[in-house]
Amino acid sequence: MPTSTGVSSVDELPGPSEHGPLQGDRAPTGQLGDRLFGGTARGAGLLVIVMVTLIAVFLLSQALPALAKDKVNFLTSTEWNVNGTPMQFGIANLLWVTVLSSAIAMLIAVPLGVGVALFITQYAPHWLSRPAATLVDLLAAVPSIVYGLWGLQVLGTHMNGIQSVLIRLFGWIPLFKDARIGAASTILTVGLVLSIMVLPIVSALSREVFAQTPTSHTDAALALGATRWEMIRTAVLPFGKPGVISASMLGLGRALGETVAVTVILSALAGSTPWSWSMFNGGETFASKIANNAAEFDSPSKAGAFMAAGLVLFLLTFVVNAIARVVIERRKAFIE
Amino acid sequence: MTATDITSDSNLPSMRPRGSDAGFSHRSRARALRNVLARVVMWTAFAIAMVPLAWILWSVVTKGGQMLLDSHWWTNSQRGITNRVVGGGAVHAIQGTLIEALVTALMAVPVGVMTAIYLVEYGRGRLAKAVSFTVDILTGIPSIVAALFIYAVWVTVFGFQRVAFAVCLALVLLMIPVVVRSTEEMLKLVPNELREAAYALGVPKWRTIVRVVVPTAFSGIITGILLGLARVMGETAPLLILGPYTKNIATNLFGGLMPTLPTMINQDRTEVLQPAVDRVWGAAMTLILMILVLNIAGRLISRLGAPKT
Repeated sequence: MPTSTGVSSVDELPGPSEHGPLQGDRAPTGQLGDRLFGGTARGAGLLVIVMVTLIAVFLLSQALPALAKDKVNFLTSTEWNVNGTPMQFGIANLLWVTVLSSAIAMLIAVPLGVGVALFITQYAPHWLSRPAATLVDLLAAVPSIVYGLWGLQVLGTHMNGIQSVLIRLFGWIPLFKDARIGAASTILTVGLVLSIMVLPIVSALSREVFAQTPTSHTDAALALGATRWEMIRTAVLPFGKPGVISASMLGLGRALGETVAVTVILSALAGSTPWSWSMFNGGETFASKIANNAAEFDSPSKAGAFMAAGLVLFLLTFVVNAIARVVIERRKAFIE
Repeated sequence: MTATDITSDSNLPSMRPRGSDAGFSHRSRARALRNVLARVVMWTAFAIAMVPLAWILWSVVTKGGQMLLDSHWWTNSQRGITNRVVGGGAVHAIQGTLIEALVTALMAVPVGVMTAIYLVEYGRGRLAKAVSFTVDILTGIPSIVAALFIYAVWVTVFGFQRVAFAVCLALVLLMIPVVVRSTEEMLKLVPNELREAAYALGVPKWRTIVRVVVPTAFSGIITGILLGLARVMGETAPLLILGPYTKNIATNLFGGLMPTLPTMINQDRTEVLQPAVDRVWGAAMTLILMILVLNIAGRLISRLGAPKT
């Protein structure tokens, strides 16, 4: 089944691969039509490789000259001033806000997504499981700008209470320190909204993996007298663990790169604001920094600074997705 | 097969599957309790997941619903309308969104479908692995990075203006992986016997693909395209960077500005005056409706015409 998340595990998983094309039909007939058609298909595949390579090359070539002019350490500086000469820009702030908001999102979305996936595959009555899956998938169909609008104007108005309780209880920890930002526009609110956006990705992929647990495993557990939960703990979860990990990684990639919802919700801080670890602070992620300043791309060197931020984001999501891929590949090798 | 009734005399040799160090103990009451608890937790998880969905839809419908009942919404643009004035419509933005989605699909679908055909029907060995890997990367690319890349090529290198066509190019990058993955899945579902039957009749491979394999998987491919379109229509980040908003109707992809629903929302999202706020939620409602229609159409097509395996 195609999912509206655009994410699928089918080709990574050992499905009914006996139904796939046989190895033997590779022999070309040498016909002109065959060579043309096969060549076109191959060309389309090559085009995809070329596009991804170009993305990396272009971002790099635009970012490097700007990085050369950068007068502060790009990785550790919290400053971002691309208008002055010499330019001073560093990503420490962006990295922290990006990582913190995504971490909050994952902390909520992964347990919830796994729970939902278990509900759909193991607990839901037969008539409910398919509609339930469709409903969760619908969360992925809501456009991110609508999430942003809703997060700021609807969810945000309810954040005051949660925030003041957390500050009263844990205010002594830097992470929970009051930063005097409107409760609707904090990193915490962004994290909550991101968790909702990531949930369908995590649950869709986990669901697919859980559904593929061999019946022999589950039946064996039940036959040995396991309760439903024990069966899940001993058969379904161990089988699905790599799938859950890679689902979480794909979700994390989404959370790290989400632009518009973050841009709408999070209040950008003035350049002179002191560093804070707090999740009740404002700030900017890589993506929202770029989106907020789209009008500033007037000179190549200024644009280059933002390309450099984009490049870091690209690398981050690349690494996260690669981990997801490796985990699922290893599982495949293990099962075959 | 219900697992809820517990056999208390499970004096079987303790089973130790992978990942479990406990086996099944004899304390049946604690086990039963844990079992019920797990059931409650799973139901709660699902209930919690439904809260934001219901809440978002409720907010959008109550705040933006009545805008859509006004026929002007579907026929007028925002030309000459200020944030104090009630009225005007979204037809300019709806049109822009549809045009951009269509042009994007025209570019992304051939590449995506052919790539999927390559991966399923031809691809073996290292090149196919590389293609599959890059499609995965493309799936994970944040939309803002795709937009930055197109900006680097279109504006910085070639020196062109920010136009709707550049937005389409960025959207193509985001749509291709969705089309590839869903088409791939559908092609894999086509029974191999069909291919073999065609070969046995002396049909060359490419005609087998064009006349047998693709038609069999056709409804699934369409579903994938519709879902890809749904994703592309809701994207906003490339529009922020490459496609400035205008209140007027615009149909030229290469000159001037082209309004879309996401940028219409973005334009007025900080407004506090009621007419403008209503229009923002109206646009959000319209966008969700359009995406929902595509999603539902996609699912219906896939359910009605799934290949019989």
